[in-house]
Amino acid sequence: MFRNQYDTDVTTWSPAGRLFQVEYAMEAVKQGSAAIGLRSKTHVVLACVNKANSELSSHQKKIFKVDDHIGVAIAGLTADGRVLSRYMRSECINHSFTYESPLPVGRLVVQLADKAQVCTQRSWKRPFGVGLLVGGLDESGAHLYYNCPSGNYFEYQAFAIGSRSQAAKTYLERRFGNFMDSSREDLIKDALIATRETLQGEKLRSSICTIAVVGVGEAFHILDQETVQQLIDTFELVGEEEPAAEPDAPAEEGGAAEQGGGAAEQGGGADQSAAADEGVAPMEI
Amino acid sequence: MHSNPAKNHSLVGPEAASERTLYPYVTGTSVVAIKYKDGILMAADMGGSYGSTLRYKSVERLKLIGKHSLLGASGEMSDFQEILRNLDELILYDNMWDDGNSLGPKEVHSYLTRMMYNRRNKFDPLWNSLVLGGVKNGQKYLGMVSMIGVNFEDDHVATGFGNHLARPILRDEWHENLTFEEGVKLLEKCMRVLLYRDRSAVNKLQIAKITEVGVTISQPYSLKTFWGYSAFHNPTVGAEGSW
Amino acid sequence: MTKQQANWSPYDNNGGSCVAIAGADYCVVAADTRMSTGYNILTRDYSKICKLADKCVMASSGFQADVKALQKLLAARHLIYQHQHNKQMSCPAMGQLLSNTLYYKRFFPYYSFNVLGGLDSEGKGCVFTYDAVGSYERVGYSSQGSGSTLIMPFLDNQLKSPSPLLLPAQDAVTPLSESEAVDLVKTVFASATERDIYTGDKLEIVILNAEGIHREYMELRKD
Repeated sequence: MFRNQYDTDVTTWSPAGRLFQVEYAMEAVKQGSAAIGLRSKTHVVLACVNKANSELSSHQKKIFKVDDHIGVAIAGLTADGRVLSRYMRSECINHSFTYESPLPVGRLVVQLADKAQVCTQRSWKRPFGVGLLVGGLDESGAHLYYNCPSGNYFEYQAFAIGSRSQAAKTYLERRFGNFMDSSREDLIKDALIATRETLQGEKLRSSICTIAVVGVGEAFHILDQETVQQLIDTFELVGEEEPAAEPDAPAEEGGAAEQGGGAAEQGGGADQSAAADEGVAPMEI
Repeated sequence: MHSNPAKNHSLVGPEAASERTLYPYVTGTSVVAIKYKDGILMAADMGGSYGSTLRYKSVERLKLIGKHSLLGASGEMSDFQEILRNLDELILYDNMWDDGNSLGPKEVHSYLTRMMYNRRNKFDPLWNSLVLGGVKNGQKYLGMVSMIGVNFEDDHVATGFGNHLARPILRDEWHENLTFEEGVKLLEKCMRVLLYRDRSAVNKLQIAKITEVGVTISQPYSLKTFWGYSAFHNPTVGAEGSW
Repeated sequence: MTKQQANWSPYDNNGGSCVAIAGADYCVVAADTRMSTGYNILTRDYSKICKLADKCVMASSGFQADVKALQKLLAARHLIYQHQHNKQMSCPAMGQLLSNTLYYKRFFPYYSFNVLGGLDSEGKGCVFTYDAVGSYERVGYSSQGSGSTLIMPFLDNQLKSPSPLLLPAQDAVTPLSESEAVDLVKTVFASATERDIYTGDKLEIVILNAEGIHREYMELRKD
């Protein structure tokens, strides 16, 4: 079987100028269940799909409150996500201790990205296997960022990560033009529909998704299950004209192409690296 | 008479071994500041005293911090300069984010409070009373920090002698809607009283203004004074038993 | 050159008085808003009462910088607690945390004199009273700060708490109704203001009951 010579170490470059270990970490994000974020001028809504590991177990928590003004939704290794949320929480606490004011979202995101970056440049470390959607509010309004294991970060109007997130992205791309002036309720509705898109035909129920909101005059909080179910019930009654989830497979491939690299294809690591060699390095994502 | 070497230290006194500020060297006297209609006004004279000697006469004690804050200091001037270096770095790093966020007066005041309190916790105080004023997002801010970290906000504040002599005047005459001219007049009244009664005050002062628009620190100027009272010409007349 | 100040002290006393009274289903916590140093009044409107949790407030007098540091530390600890446990800290838990926090600085103490008031898990009023280094006790009412020498004996006389030596243990909460307790607090502060130069300007009263928290103010003598 083909063996990649350049992927045994985070700090080893491939001749094509890529760091495979880092890309594998980014693959971990795609394996995790989906997380979605979208924002208006005043609100950010985070949503995620909860998948239980087994019939006998409960699902893992994928949305974390960082502070009153910041929250995060994760996809990938939940354990790594918890470590990073704890780091973000302590940064927020330290900032408000010194300055008696909330930490600007963008700055927290840069600190977080720098932390992730260090792991891509030390032989004895491993990159974080988690992608974070950081939603928050500060002086300059509502923000949504995506933090990647590579240490890259991007600001988004709306974004989705994790498995079958392409379906949600497709939905969001079609709708994001109106998000800026959306009401809080519409934003939540769009979050729920985008979440449904990732479910591959499975019925959207409050038991398999979590929704969190932060906005002007509203501290970050996770909506309780009853509220979410009520919301689902109300919009599913009136909004059935929304197209059902598109077939998953083509969407996923389309996503891979968009991300500018063959590496995004699902499958074994060896496959990916083989395919990826021709592509542009997907480091930008 | 075999003096042991350790004892020789007593020749220079027990303080020689200390590396912290035991007492101030060059000091500035009171700072007075008020809120007014459009922002904050702050006044301080330019004297730097070396003990009771008026050693320096052009010490600037009002400084701009970042875009939104004004800092006034009394107490040890070298410590004030260290604070300024520290704040310069803070503001520089804040600007380097280049993300549209900036520290407002509230944040700077809180930071200064931590700085003063931390140094007192190390028993190595910064020997100052600081006044911090500013305007950001239409919000006026005026606060104080002492050398041991005591801090508060108020509509008018004063350090040192100002607390005794200026604040009673301010309590009588200050109101929320002071215009710029009225504010300056009120501060000058305070500074004049301080000039007459505070031996370390000098008749050369600056007044600084900070509003939403920006900061102006005035050129040094002096106040009109009147010393022609008969009691000043012959202070001991009528005091029985004096010459 | 002569020394201007021969000695430097890391402490100051910024004065002020605090009172807390617990009832069967409420708790009243009050403090004046004057902040002084020596014979100077620094400001007439400084709140000494800090909300630490939904059902827990602390009133503190003493050295303001230490009090502020203590309040910030407890606020940060409470945030961490909420992140870890997904709930507000109870008043008795906060009481223990405050004690531990104070004792942690046993050999360079926070010069702060605190009363903690709130509702316990049963909704009953609770008051914890402290010394500067963390020894504490749950009581039915208490007073701390510069006016406490004037206030405490008056409260003792009016409220007659049952002896802690009684067996079986008697409930420490006062028999007063909420409005009676608020009136009593107003009276003791008006009285303390007459004789204590560090107490005055304004009285801030925080009332905790089943409805939540609400605040009331009363003007005090300003001289």
